[in-house]
Amino acid sequence: MTDNILEMRSITKTFPGVKALSDVSLSVRRGEVHAICGENGAGKSTLMKVLSGVYPFGSYDGEIHFDGQLSKFSNISDSEHAGIAIIHQELALVPFLSIAENLFLGNERKGRGGLIDWNRANGEASRLLARVGLSENPTTPIGQLGVGKQQLVEIAKALSKDVKLLILDEPTAALNDTDSAHLLGLLRQLQAEGMTSIMISHKLNEIEEIADTTTIIRDGRTIETFAMAGEAVSQDRIIRGMVGRDLDSRFPDRTSNPGEEVLRVEHWTVRHPQQDRLVVDDAGFSVRAGEVIGIAGLMGAGRTELAMSVFGRSYGRYQGGQIFKRGEPIQARSVQEAIKHGIAYATEDRKKYGLNLIDDIKRNISAAALDKLASGGFVNAQEEIRVAEDSKKSMNIKAPTVMSLTGKLSGGNQQKVVLSKWIYSDPDVLILDEPTRGIDVGAKFEIYTIINRLVAAGKAVIVISSELPELLGICDRIYTLAFGRITGEVQVSEATQEGLMSLMTRDRTPVRAGAHSASDATGTGTTSTTTTPDDTQEHSA
Amino acid sequence: MSGTGDLLSKGPATPPTSPHTPKTGTANPLVAMTQNLRTSGIYIAFVLVVALFALLTDGLSLSPGNITNILLQYSYVLVLAIGMVIVIIAGHIDLSVGSVVALTGAVAAKVSISGGHPWWVGILAALGVGLLIGAWQGFWVAFVGIPAFIVTLAGMLLFRGLTYYVLDNVSLSPFPAQYTKVATGFINGIMGGYGYDAFTLLIGVLAVVGYAVSQVRTRVARVRYDQVVDAMPLFILRIVLIAVVVMALAWQLAHSRGLPVVLIILAVLILAYSVVTRSTVFGRQVYAIGGNLAAAQLSGVNVRRVNFWIFVNMGFLAAMAGVIFSSRSNGAQPGAGTSFELDAIAAAFIGGAAVTGGIGTVRGAMVGGLLVGVISNGMQLLGLEQYLQQVIKGLVLLLAVAFDVYNKRRAGGR
Ligand SMILES: Nc1ncnc2c1ncn2[C@@H]1O[C@H](COP(=O)(O)OP(=O)(O)OP(=O)(O)O)[C@@H](O)[C@H]1O
Ligand SMILES: [Mg+2]
Repeated sequence: MTDNILEMRSITKTFPGVKALSDVSLSVRRGEVHAICGENGAGKSTLMKVLSGVYPFGSYDGEIHFDGQLSKFSNISDSEHAGIAIIHQELALVPFLSIAENLFLGNERKGRGGLIDWNRANGEASRLLARVGLSENPTTPIGQLGVGKQQLVEIAKALSKDVKLLILDEPTAALNDTDSAHLLGLLRQLQAEGMTSIMISHKLNEIEEIADTTTIIRDGRTIETFAMAGEAVSQDRIIRGMVGRDLDSRFPDRTSNPGEEVLRVEHWTVRHPQQDRLVVDDAGFSVRAGEVIGIAGLMGAGRTELAMSVFGRSYGRYQGGQIFKRGEPIQARSVQEAIKHGIAYATEDRKKYGLNLIDDIKRNISAAALDKLASGGFVNAQEEIRVAEDSKKSMNIKAPTVMSLTGKLSGGNQQKVVLSKWIYSDPDVLILDEPTRGIDVGAKFEIYTIINRLVAAGKAVIVISSELPELLGICDRIYTLAFGRITGEVQVSEATQEGLMSLMTRDRTPVRAGAHSASDATGTGTTSTTTTPDDTQEHSA
Repeated sequence: MSGTGDLLSKGPATPPTSPHTPKTGTANPLVAMTQNLRTSGIYIAFVLVVALFALLTDGLSLSPGNITNILLQYSYVLVLAIGMVIVIIAGHIDLSVGSVVALTGAVAAKVSISGGHPWWVGILAALGVGLLIGAWQGFWVAFVGIPAFIVTLAGMLLFRGLTYYVLDNVSLSPFPAQYTKVATGFINGIMGGYGYDAFTLLIGVLAVVGYAVSQVRTRVARVRYDQVVDAMPLFILRIVLIAVVVMALAWQLAHSRGLPVVLIILAVLILAYSVVTRSTVFGRQVYAIGGNLAAAQLSGVNVRRVNFWIFVNMGFLAAMAGVIFSSRSNGAQPGAGTSFELDAIAAAFIGGAAVTGGIGTVRGAMVGGLLVGVISNGMQLLGLEQYLQQVIKGLVLLLAVAFDVYNKRRAGGR
C-alpha cells in the first residue's frame, strides 16, 4: 500500500523562550519504518510528544491527520485509543512491579466484580512476551531484567494496546549491539505483520539498516525526507543533512603520547549491595597521563559498578583492593575523598545520578566544584555565571540561557551539562560512563575533541562504552570486562571488534579452566587477546 | 545604572544582543506578572488578602496598633518557618518544633524563674538546649538514616514529655522584666520625633535604600553577564512598590509604639538566612540534596554533614521561637507551642516550597507566614467563630498548594 497513515502538517510548537518546532511536516506511509534524524535539541522528541498528545491539541499550531482523520488528542490516552503508542526516550517502568503488572498498568485485565484477574493477566502477558521474543516469567519484577529486556517489555506493553503506529524514541541508546540487533529484528518482524513505526535514533548504522524512509530535522525544521532504498543512502548522506555540512571523519585525529602512570587499581573486589555475590571480582587496570583507556563489556559485566566503586565506593560493598595515584596508595572511601584525589566520574544515567533537573544549568555545572567558586563559604554568583557561559560556549550547549532548567533540555544537551560539571572540577582522572549515549554525531565529534583536549593537557581519561567502534576510535588501550573480571587488555592498534567481542563474552568457566596458563598482562600495556591476565588466577583454585 | 544605555542603544537591532543592550523582559506589569505567576502569585494573593480585610474591617486591620500586633503575634511562627523551609528544601520535614518551643521555653523559665539566674542565662540555656535537640535529631536523620518524619514525630512526643517533666506539669511565671522585653519591648524615642518615632522611620528609609541598592547592583551584574532583566519601568515600579509598603509600615509603627525589638531580631534572621540559602556553599548543597539526592552525593556533597547541620539549625531557631513565645506570654506552660509545627509547615508550602524538596525560599516562607497571620488576625477582628477560622485556614493552605501545582503544570513541566 502507498497511502499515508500519518500526515503532520506545519507543526509549530513553542516553549517559553524556545521555538522547538517551526513549520514541521511529516508524512509516514502505512507499513513502513520511518526514521527521524537530527542533532540534539533539533526537536525530534518534541515532535513525537505533539503527535502522541503529551502536548495536547491547542498547545501547538498545525494539523495532524492520523489514519485519515483530523486528530485533536488532548492527552496520551486519546492517542492510544486512536492506535498510537510511544516509547519514550526514558523507560517508564515501575521496577518493583512484575512484568505483567507493568504491561497492564493503567489497562488492567479485570475479571468478575472488577477485581484483577491475575491468571488472565499473566496468560496474556506470556503471549505478549513471546511475541517480542522474551521467555521470562510474567511474575518476575521488572527491576531484575536488564535494560535490553526492559525495552522489549516496553514494546510488548505497546502491542497490548492494539497499536497501528509505534513510536520509538532512541530505543537502542542504552542497549548493547546484541540487544540492539534483537530489537531491530523485532521491528522488522512487526513490520512484516503490517505495523508502521517511527524510530528516532542517533545510531546511523541502525537507521541505514532498518529504515525505509528518513526525515531529517534541524533546528526545529524539516530539512528533507528521502527513501533509503534505491540508490544506496550512506550514513554520510544523513550526517550531511543533520549538520548541514560534510563531516570528514567520525573521530578527531590525535597523536597519543602517554606519560607516567596516574592511576592504578589492583585486586578491586566489590559485593552487590543487597545480594551475596561479587559484582566486581579482582579487577585491575591502570591509566597514564595523556592516555585514554576504554573499558568494554556487555550489559551487566560490571563496568559501571567498577567505576562507581572506585569513585569513592559509591556502589556496592567494598571487599578489597587498592588504588594508587602516581604510584602512591591512596584512600578514596567517599566521593569527597575521590574528588580530592582528582578522580571524577560522569554517570551514564544523567537523570537519576547526574543532574538536579529542577535546577538551572549554571548550578548544575558548579555542583561538583563549588569550592572553586567560593571564598569564606560564599559562592560568587557572577563568576558562576561566567563559568557556565564558558562551558555553554565550549561544549556548545543549546539552551536559551545558563539559567534554563536542565530538566527542559534535550537529552544530548543534558549530557553536555554533566560533562561540563566534571570538566570544571578539573580532575586528573576523568571516568566517562557512556559519554555519548543519546548524543548526535556532530556532538559526539565535539565530545571526542574535548576528550582529546583533556588528554593533551595531561589528564587521564577512562571511557566506558557499549559502542566498540567508539572505543576503537578514541582509546589508546582497551580493557575488556566480563562477569566482573578483567578478561583482556588490548592495545588499540591491535584490537578488532571481533577480538574484543570474544573477550567480552568469555564466561566464567573457561577463565577458570585456563587461568593457570595465564601470562603477565595487566598494567604492562602489552597485548593479551588470547591469554587471561594473571589477576584472575587466585580465583581458579 | 543602565537606564540611559537602554534608551541610547535603540539603533537597528543587531542579532543577537550586543553586550550593551540589556536583554529585557516585557515592560507590561500584567504580562510580566502572569509570566512569573509561580513566583509572584503569593505576593498578589498577599496584597489581595490585606486589601480584603482592610475593606471588611473598615481599615481597622491596617491600624498602627494592629500591624504591631500581627508582627508580635506571629513572629515566632516566622522564626520557625525560616528553619522549616530549609528543612523542607532538603526534602525533610520537622514535626517536633512545637514541642521544642515548649521545652526550650520551659528550660528558660526553670533557669530564670525557679533558679533565679539573670534573664540572659535563661536565654542562653534555652538556645543551648535547642542546639542539643537539633544535634540529637540530626544524628538520627543524617547518620543513622531514619526518615525525618519518624525522628521528629518521636521528637514531638519526647520533647513534650520532657516539658511536662521540667515544669512538673505546672506553669511557671512571671519572667524577669528584661526577659519579656525580647517579645514585647520597643525601641522608641531614642532620636525623638513629634509623635512619630524618628528612629523607626530612619530604619525604614535605610531598609528601602538598602533594597534599592542591592537590586540595582544585581541588575547591573546581570546585564554585564548578558542575562535577561526586567524592563526598566517594571524594575522601577517594583522598587517603588516595595518602598511604599515598607515606608507605610514604618510610618504606622512609628505612630504606634515604635520599633518592636522582635522585629529587629526577625529582620536580622531573615536577612542572614536569605544570604545563607542563596549564596553560601551550604545553602547550595541544601538545594542540591533536595533536588536530586543521588546526584548531590555523586557530586561530592557530604550529605550527612549537611543534613546534620540542617537539623541543628532548626533546633536553634526553634529555641529562638521558644524564647520569643515564652517572653511574649511571660511564662512557660506545659502545653505551649502546640501545633506551631503546622503553622510553620503551612507557611513554607504557601510560600512556594515544593513537597518533593529542592524548591523554596526564605522570602516565600515569610510571606506565606504573614499571609496566614493576616488571615487569622483579620478573622479574629471580624469575630468569626473558631470553627470557621480553622476551616478557612485549611482551605487557604490547600488552595495555595493547588495553585502552585496548577502553575507548574501550565508552565509545561512534566
Ligand atoms: N518542556 C520544555 N520546556 C522548554 N523547552 C523545552 C521543553 N522540552 C523541550 N524543550 C526544548 O525544545 C528543543 C527540542 O527538544 P527535543 O527534546 O525535542 O530535542 P531532541 O531532538 O529530541 O534532542 P535529543 O536528540 O537530544 O533527544 C530543545 O531546545 C529543548 O531545550
Ligand atoms: Mg530526544
